[in-house]
Amino acid sequence: MTTATNTPEDQGFRLSQLIYDTRYRSITIQVIAMLAFMLIAAFLIRNTIINLSALGKDIDFGFLFNRAAYDINQQIIPYTSDDPHWRAALVGLLNTLLIAILGCTLATVIGVVAGVLRLSKNWLTAKIMTVYVESFRNIPVLLWILAFMAVLSEGLPAPRAFRGEDPAASMWFWDSVAVTNRGTYVPAPVWGSGSSVVVIAFLLSLLGIWAFGKWSNRHFEETGQHLPNFWIKLGILIVPSVLVYFVMGRPVSLSYPELKGFNFDGGLHMRNSMLALWLALSFYTGSFIAEIVRSGILAISKGQTEAAFALGLRPSWTMNLVILPQALRVIIPPLISQYLNLTKNSSLALAVGYMDLRSTLGGTTLNTTGRELECMLLMMLIYLIVSLIISSGMNIYNKSVKLKER
Amino acid sequence: MSTTKSLAYVRKEMLDQQPAPRSQVGFTRWARDNLFSGWFNTVLTLVSLFVIYKVLAATLPWIFGGVWNADSLAQCRVIMNEAYGNTHHACWAVIHERWNQLLYGFYPETQYWRANLAFVLMLASLAPVLFDKVPRKMLYLTMAFPFLLVWLVWGGTIWGVTSVAFGFALGGIAFKLVDRFGSMALSAIAAVAVAAVWWLFIGPSVVEGLNSVAPLGHLEEVQSRDLGGFMICVIIGISGIALSLPIGIVLALGRQSDLFIVKTICVGFIEFIRGVPLITLLFTASLLLNYFLPPGTTFDLTLRVIIMVTLFSSAYMAEVIRGGLAALPKGQYEAADALGLDYWKAQRLIIMPQALKISIPGIVNTFIGLFKDTTLVMFIGIYDMLGLSNAIRANAAWNGIYWELFIFIGGVFWICCFAMSRYSQWLERKLRTDHR
Repeated sequence: MTTATNTPEDQGFRLSQLIYDTRYRSITIQVIAMLAFMLIAAFLIRNTIINLSALGKDIDFGFLFNRAAYDINQQIIPYTSDDPHWRAALVGLLNTLLIAILGCTLATVIGVVAGVLRLSKNWLTAKIMTVYVESFRNIPVLLWILAFMAVLSEGLPAPRAFRGEDPAASMWFWDSVAVTNRGTYVPAPVWGSGSSVVVIAFLLSLLGIWAFGKWSNRHFEETGQHLPNFWIKLGILIVPSVLVYFVMGRPVSLSYPELKGFNFDGGLHMRNSMLALWLALSFYTGSFIAEIVRSGILAISKGQTEAAFALGLRPSWTMNLVILPQALRVIIPPLISQYLNLTKNSSLALAVGYMDLRSTLGGTTLNTTGRELECMLLMMLIYLIVSLIISSGMNIYNKSVKLKER
Repeated sequence: MSTTKSLAYVRKEMLDQQPAPRSQVGFTRWARDNLFSGWFNTVLTLVSLFVIYKVLAATLPWIFGGVWNADSLAQCRVIMNEAYGNTHHACWAVIHERWNQLLYGFYPETQYWRANLAFVLMLASLAPVLFDKVPRKMLYLTMAFPFLLVWLVWGGTIWGVTSVAFGFALGGIAFKLVDRFGSMALSAIAAVAVAAVWWLFIGPSVVEGLNSVAPLGHLEEVQSRDLGGFMICVIIGISGIALSLPIGIVLALGRQSDLFIVKTICVGFIEFIRGVPLITLLFTASLLLNYFLPPGTTFDLTLRVIIMVTLFSSAYMAEVIRGGLAALPKGQYEAADALGLDYWKAQRLIIMPQALKISIPGIVNTFIGLFKDTTLVMFIGIYDMLGLSNAIRANAAWNGIYWELFIFIGGVFWICCFAMSRYSQWLERKLRTDHR
């Protein structure tokens, strides 16, 4: 039996080693990939420069500081048509974020309720929720947005139906909410003098709840005694704020919508475009979240519940201390991507005329200034940054609930 | 021992088996367990019954009392008033009248057979991919289908698509030839280079020559702007689905790769695409693509949309497949290495079959998302079904008609997407190899 004792003689570096030798091959491939990438990029940039110069255009973001000269029908910060384009874009961005936050909140509520009910022992309720989930998941969100818009603008009474001795329509909740085909009017808070104190008191009580939660956890770890956390937290939330509210002489009041002329006046006007977008995105994303919640709960084996019961934990503690912490770990990663999807889908505002980032910066500004390249690049960049912020924020939360392996 | 003391009672004969109490069998038992097992459950049941009753009472007469034959909404209402004395019924006549438009868009009416034939061929060429009981020979049809689709739908002579197919064939030959030197990456580069040379420099002039000499199989040419309705959804959807899976696999491999530059490019691409809404990419395709291409290049709008939709969903696909790759035990990679397989062989024979199997639900969900997203093309001036519903409503005859169109469009999408999700569940069950 012979063994291979002779080592391959060193022939120095040969060109074929670039392909055959694994030590060099990775470098070869990377160099080729880099070259290809740079060639493609150079090709695109060169074309862009040639095309732009042929059209007599340049790349210049200076237009952002020119007068926008168009109105935006929903503003979170003050804005007039005399303001520059960048402020219009900011108003649009805030509208996008508003719909994203409202949508994510409502979608989570709908999703959790539907997901839990789909697992309910009640056959009928479970089936209804299945129908909800399957119908919303399998139909494009754009169709739902248009459908919700149609319900709001076609199915609701016009403001004039509220007029007269015997009106055809009436306001909801003791004459405080008017639901019309021009939008929904809800009571709006009026901040009188001294209301800042109430707000500060409220924020402080939120801080207090957080601090109490920490303290009560430590107390439990040390003594094993459970405090009625929920009721104490509720007390901290309500009592100080209400006390301050009355001590300061009730500075915050509500302005109710009233029918004046052909339309409602006063209160907060929620446009149909916003409501349709909000509801459609929430119900659509809610159906996905319902499935995520359901699979998260199903992923926890039944033995966990039985073990918790065997230890003598009450059902509510079993849920809070055993099931939920484990289920959240399964639920949160896909939930993050649903939130991101909702934020990105909010750009479908276009279909109902809601003035979000796409229809200010990427719509009217783009059309009036003719700066397609700059507007699109800026808009993509902003969406990218928003997405990255959402995903990194949720990833931090995900890390805090993740299984800590030691 | 005395046994005189008898027991009080001893049964001498067997009793017949008694049926279970009526409250413990059949529907009563089931209803007790599933509908009325406690006060909360009972309340839920009653609320559910109320909701179902309300919904059905509102929709059933509306749906089944609908009018199917009318020329306009006004005429519909006249018919309804005569029949029921009110107008609270569906006017399905709009579907009846605009059926062809909803399916084919503005495709020339005499050429509908081409679209129908393409659809049938699509189903036939999908069959061997979806079901392994179908004869394997049909895969040749699947390979030819993309070219048949382009030829049938857009028209022209067969030489254009044949030239594209010939480019692929040349690429394949080049791949085989270079593959003997053993490097997968190198042969892939050679294949792409050869095909590109054919497509860009040699092919067009050959096609021109053949077209003038022998215009074989000439069909009336149809412009992209005439495509629409359900047809454009299917064309964009099926092309996106077919293209995004391989691109997604390559991107996922690139992201998992040890090669720093390749990895960076892939991560950058995936994160960029996933961070922006599809609608901005579609606007880029319709507004900006002319800036990025050599001056004077015209690019078909449908093709631009297909490219953008494909890029968009391939980034999502890459993440789904990366999840599958990550879920695979490390031993699989090591086993492949121990067998002496090189990177591509290991991927092809060991890693990918398992990773793809794990990620089937995610892949099909991405497909479903892509198919639903084809409705977004309405924003860049392509008349898909939703865009057509707006156009129909803009017509004076059908002004004010919403639900009939929405229900029809929603129903079409629902059937397609639900079928896809059911198929994925079936496939998952079929491929399951553990014994659970």
